[in-house]
Amino acid sequence: MQTRRETLKHSAIVAGLLATTGLFPQYAFAFNKTAFEAKSLADVLKALGAGAPVESKDVTIGGPDIAENGAVVPLTASTSLPGVKQMLILVEKNPAALVALYNMTDSVEANFSTRSKMGQSSDVYAVAVMADGRALFAKKEVKVTLGGCGG
Amino acid sequence: MADPMRIRAQVAGDKATVRVLMSHEMESGQRKDSAGNLVPAWHITEVSATHNGKPVLTAEWGPAVSKNPFLQFVVKGAKAGDKIGVTWKDTKGETRTDEATAS
Repeated sequence: MQTRRETLKHSAIVAGLLATTGLFPQYAFAFNKTAFEAKSLADVLKALGAGAPVESKDVTIGGPDIAENGAVVPLTASTSLPGVKQMLILVEKNPAALVALYNMTDSVEANFSTRSKMGQSSDVYAVAVMADGRALFAKKEVKVTLGGCGG
Repeated sequence: MADPMRIRAQVAGDKATVRVLMSHEMESGQRKDSAGNLVPAWHITEVSATHNGKPVLTAEWGPAVSKNPFLQFVVKGAKAGDKIGVTWKDTKGETRTDEATAS
């Protein structure tokens, strides 16, 4: 059970992540170099207020609980909701949080898998940016065991 | 010239699951070489996919996508024999396009 406080905190984090990506709300679709250079959560929180992303059960993030090799972490972002404009995959503690951004069309399903690099154990986020500007997210913690000890 | 991509498009019902394996170094720009100099970033920034020539998906990637990237997506309304094309472009301006037939 998640408290309202926790939900709000997560919302704030994702709002920040989105804000630094520069994608939210008005810059969508332009290839945005700054989006992929957004460094840290601190940068992010400064720009807070760009929107109020909400955690949603309709968005799912798939990935391993424990990744033995941080260089190859399979991550899946999907949602069953209609009207999705973009799907994002973010890794919170990477030097740049945004991993990949998918611009949707009607001809593809909102379900994408990519393999990502992760520098360390971190929360990973799947964010669905809806056509009406709402941002819905799901998060999951992925532990990275370095050195191949297998944890 | 980069190596060709491996694309497999598998039809199930009225959808096709497309799996793409690209061959690319995906240098993140974070690593240092043995002399301590930063290895400059070199990664795929834009990926686009077409279904019978019609664009269906564009994606933007950062350096955090793994080496030899894998991408899976689902194309609606695809049937066996349809052509699925995938194009990528990297930070050096190099591009590569490959095409596969759905089965």
